Amino acid sequence: MPDSSAPKRQLLDSAGVDRCLDEIAEAISKAWPGECLALVGVHRRGVPFAEALAARLITKDHEVELGRIDITQYRDDLKSFTVLPKLVGSEIEFDLDDMVVILCDEVMHTGRTSRAALEELLGFGRPRCVQIAALVDRGGRELPFTAEYAGLRIDLPSHERVNVRFTEMDGCDEVFVTTWENKTA
Amino acid sequence: MTPRKDLLDIASLTDEEIEFVLANAGPFKDLFKRTVKKVPTLKGQSVLTLFYEPSTRTRSSFEVAASRLSADVIRFDIESSSVVKGESVLDTVETLESMKVDYIVVRHKQSGTPNLIAQNTRASVINAGDGWHAHPTQALLDAFTLREKLKDLRGARALIVGDIQHSRVARSTSLIFRRLGMNVAYLAPGSMMPREVPGEIPQFGNWTDALDFRPDVIYLLRVQSERMDEPFFPSAAEYHKNYGLTDARVDILRERGLWLMHPGPVNRGVEITDRGMNYEKSLINQQVENGIAVRMSVLYWLKPGSVEV
Repeated sequence: MPDSSAPKRQLLDSAGVDRCLDEIAEAISKAWPGECLALVGVHRRGVPFAEALAARLITKDHEVELGRIDITQYRDDLKSFTVLPKLVGSEIEFDLDDMVVILCDEVMHTGRTSRAALEELLGFGRPRCVQIAALVDRGGRELPFTAEYAGLRIDLPSHERVNVRFTEMDGCDEVFVTTWENKTA
Repeated sequence: MTPRKDLLDIASLTDEEIEFVLANAGPFKDLFKRTVKKVPTLKGQSVLTLFYEPSTRTRSSFEVAASRLSADVIRFDIESSSVVKGESVLDTVETLESMKVDYIVVRHKQSGTPNLIAQNTRASVINAGDGWHAHPTQALLDAFTLREKLKDLRGARALIVGDIQHSRVARSTSLIFRRLGMNVAYLAPGSMMPREVPGEIPQFGNWTDALDFRPDVIYLLRVQSERMDEPFFPSAAEYHKNYGLTDARVDILRERGLWLMHPGPVNRGVEITDRGMNYEKSLINQQVENGIAVRMSVLYWLKPGSVEV
């Protein structure tokens, strides 16, 4: 659990989040000019992140498909949980074969989420290319994954936790850092 | 939701636990539409099916569910095992314990055997039917299947037809239906009606009266042919005429738009006719498909004990 009494340190305010989203969308559009793109958000906050990018890419004349990945069934630490999450399920309602997929996760850290998300994604078909977009890439990789697109790249010690807030879910756009009360949680 | 070690019956589940298993079965069912119908949730874990009574669909259903979760599936073959040489259930369990299996799915003709096994192993034990006592995964899949059609089960009405007294399916399914807010009634010959029925369950001896209960779903039980020779049991023909879903009764179901369920395997010509099997609002095939998703959801939820016993 994040320690609620610990002070929080803001990394991005609402304008900062907005700017990062613009930059990421711009970079994706530049890499894939005119291409139809599949933006797949990792449940939960990867979903509003993907939606925000999609809205921007549509204005840059991209055709966009939206999807959602629930990685719960792919976690490698599930049986050590003391509380099991309710499954939301993945939703890929379009044909994934030959698509360019941008996997959207709000924070990129160890790479384990990306590993699970990629495995789940490939269960739906055979995309032409998969890349990762993160609002914040905080370093600390344990698996060989790279965020091709990141709004903010920052190295943080492992006892710190990056919290992302999106208006749709939390009432405001913000990124801040807190400390873990218990790192094993 | 906190994981549990065993699933032994419906009675010991909380409302939240029932809801958790049913809600998660949906995302597991969505997997069946994909190219790759498998997730790594139980990778590296082993699921052993230990059936002391014959079973085709329940056993295969568990085995398919476990495979789709990437577990290793081991079928413990009673016929060729030392059980036929007189080994006791607990001795068998001790052997399995040494093999470090993580889940044991057990069916036994003696009520309470799964509980006994659960107390003597660190593995998660799932009751796949014990005597007349319970068949919790059948009840969960029945509730899930009906809820796909009716959305909310509160206030819905089910008529359960057949050998209620000797049926673990009737016991577990009627319990879960009532827990989810349904009204349940029984239709059975006197010799198949349980001695003690909770007051809120109306009992009927014929179809005409039973249909006045205005059910939304008819749940037929399998007539156990092995019991047909016992005294006070009607013959197959007699049962069919008085309690079976005859062609004429299928027409009544169609007229009233009622759903039809059966836990399988069916005895055609006894509790149901060919026409009944082809009835457009029969959920029998959906029950089989949903059984896999619900059992995946159960395996996802249970967690083997960490302490050696």
